[in-house]
Amino acid sequence: MEAGTPQVVKLEDLHMPGQLTGRKHILSIQVENKPGVLARVAGLFSRRGFNIDTLAVGPTDDPSVSRITLTLDGAVHPIDQVTKQLHKLVNVLKIRDMAPEETVAREMALFKVSSAVENRAEIIQFAEIFRAKIVDVARRTMTIEVTGSADKIEAFERMVRPHGLVEMVRTGEIAIGRGHD
Amino acid sequence: MRAADTLMESLKAEGVKDVFGIPGGANLPTYDAMVDAEFRHVQVRHEQGGGHAAEGYAQASGRVGVAFATSGPGATNLVTAIADAMMDSVPTVFITGQVRTELIGTDGFQEADILGATLPFVKHSFAVTDPRQIPEYVHEAFHLASTGRPGPVLLDIPMDLSRADIDYQPRTEPVELPGYKPSTEGNIKQIRIAAKALANARRPIFYTGGGVINANASEELRELAGSDRFPVTSTLMGLGGFPASHENFLGMLGMHGTYAANHAMDKADLIVAIGARFDDRITGKLEEFAPHAKVIHIDIDPAEISKNVGAHIPIVGDAKQVLPKLTREYRALQTDTSRLDEWWNTLRGWQQEHPLFYDESSDQSGEIKPQFMIRAMHRATQGDAIITSDVGQHQMWTAQYYGFDKPRRWINSGGLGTMGFGLPSAIGAKVACPDEQVVCIAGDGSLIMNIQEMATCVAEDVPVKVFLMNNGYMGMVRQWQELFWDRRYSSVDMGTSPDWVKLAEAFGAKGMRCEDAADLEEQMVAALEHDGPVLLDARVAREENCYPMIPPGNAARDMVEAPRGSQVS
Repeated sequence: MEAGTPQVVKLEDLHMPGQLTGRKHILSIQVENKPGVLARVAGLFSRRGFNIDTLAVGPTDDPSVSRITLTLDGAVHPIDQVTKQLHKLVNVLKIRDMAPEETVAREMALFKVSSAVENRAEIIQFAEIFRAKIVDVARRTMTIEVTGSADKIEAFERMVRPHGLVEMVRTGEIAIGRGHD
Repeated sequence: MRAADTLMESLKAEGVKDVFGIPGGANLPTYDAMVDAEFRHVQVRHEQGGGHAAEGYAQASGRVGVAFATSGPGATNLVTAIADAMMDSVPTVFITGQVRTELIGTDGFQEADILGATLPFVKHSFAVTDPRQIPEYVHEAFHLASTGRPGPVLLDIPMDLSRADIDYQPRTEPVELPGYKPSTEGNIKQIRIAAKALANARRPIFYTGGGVINANASEELRELAGSDRFPVTSTLMGLGGFPASHENFLGMLGMHGTYAANHAMDKADLIVAIGARFDDRITGKLEEFAPHAKVIHIDIDPAEISKNVGAHIPIVGDAKQVLPKLTREYRALQTDTSRLDEWWNTLRGWQQEHPLFYDESSDQSGEIKPQFMIRAMHRATQGDAIITSDVGQHQMWTAQYYGFDKPRRWINSGGLGTMGFGLPSAIGAKVACPDEQVVCIAGDGSLIMNIQEMATCVAEDVPVKVFLMNNGYMGMVRQWQELFWDRRYSSVDMGTSPDWVKLAEAFGAKGMRCEDAADLEEQMVAALEHDGPVLLDARVAREENCYPMIPPGNAARDMVEAPRGSQVS
């Protein structure tokens, strides 16, 4: 550059950040509590070809606001594009891409396990180890409530599956930011 | 006040002067209120026509276009127009009647879930559940439709609620929506970086789109391009945003763009995208698009940035606000303009060696070439008409050959590619701009799809001129079948029906026919001078192909030009 030319940005120095993060993302989305909001969010995901792994919807401390918590695979989807599309929905108030180290995330699952007399003790033992609760007992089955991270629930599933998993229900993760002192 | 009357009051407060639509059972209260409303209602012949008329109105004037329809089939007939307005970011408000509240969900007569049906392609929609919402929703709808990235907003009003009696106070405060805050100013730090990148670019190109027109930023674009000798190309939707006759203009880019424009993108080291969205008709094969270029992307919609092509310098904002700042920052750098000499030598070389081309041998007398027809239309209208278009070859030829010098003169369906868009949008444009010449350039495949609107032109005294480029084919589909499907023509021949002159006359319009290139311009002038709607049936070369062309799935540099000397005559 000749003297006197102000500092310029060299084109070869311009870079673009990669779009895929390669990890699971939890998006915490505050929406106006209005009819059809969930349909708008769900419709957006299907139309743009974004796959939701889990989805949980519920009220918040403010009755006019609901929270949608959903998890997505950042190895498949450009999360930035997902959040920008979500922001275009007029009823979407706020989106947080929850940083894993700053977040407490929990999911609940109910397992109905076949529990013949001979393996009942073992299942009860698993439940204790996982700090799970037995919420229903019948002659042939037991129903166990497990709360924790998605990993913990999947681990529990691996333990009880060999005994005969009759049915399983999961809520999908919900998350909240950790407090700061 | 009756809620339907508050609807009219609210529309009036939004400055509405003209609306389009058709009454029916569920919007009877609305149409009753319309009798006393102080704006013009254009009674179209099909709701789709009303929707496109509202689009044409908005695109010609920049004001929000409004269309009404009743519930059920009336509403579903609007769907194509709503989707079209979404794709092309046209500020529109669609107001549908809905069955009575107690019938909703029962499959009542003429019930359709229009809100659900249109969810994927509205900017926003409102289902009225309380009559007091009506005025509030109208103002919110207009705010949403016209600000940020414009788009269609739907307002669905059950019949019983529009008959209800409510307290009405005119709204005085501006609309506040907690989840809607478009950024318009552009980050000044990013703008500074962009200016410096421009100063360092050896092969820059401006790639401008419909956003420039929506932002009314043509002046600002010309300033920026003139701050150095920046070459400019435009998308189909952006034509007229930069003058076609300007020496910096390379013509349209994309599938049927010029050689110079497409090769400039291919060789550029810096692309400045302004209000454009890297559509597949622009990029061709995405992986091979602009392999040497860094990208500055200026857009009001953050979701467009890095959607298809990654941006190195993203700037979210309104072009009207961002461009002057970029011009100022760039000028302050006082860059040596001679660095662009080599680039311009290359560009001029491409322009000279590869201009738009067709066989002109029959132009003096004989068969009408479609390209000649567009040039004749330019001469007959002094290049200064509002041109609306249907979709197909005629649309591409107009985009290539008309040479739009001003914004809001070129109204077409770019994103959705809706055949039948031309005539109704011309009605909208003419209602918005009664003192301008409005010409619809039509294809015979497209025109028949909304020909009922000729009745609207006559009954409502909207003197639009339809110049029909009649080749007896759905020409663009035929061209693809010829080039890519071994000439196995399948359902593209339109035959000789209808007799367009008689059809125009049956509607009460003037019908004309032209079969000789020598007479064409004169007949166009006569059509323009006629006091009333005219349909001019111009019989053009049947199997002319639209070139240049990037074959689908190919890179821009692989574009194909018109075969020279060996053209089918």
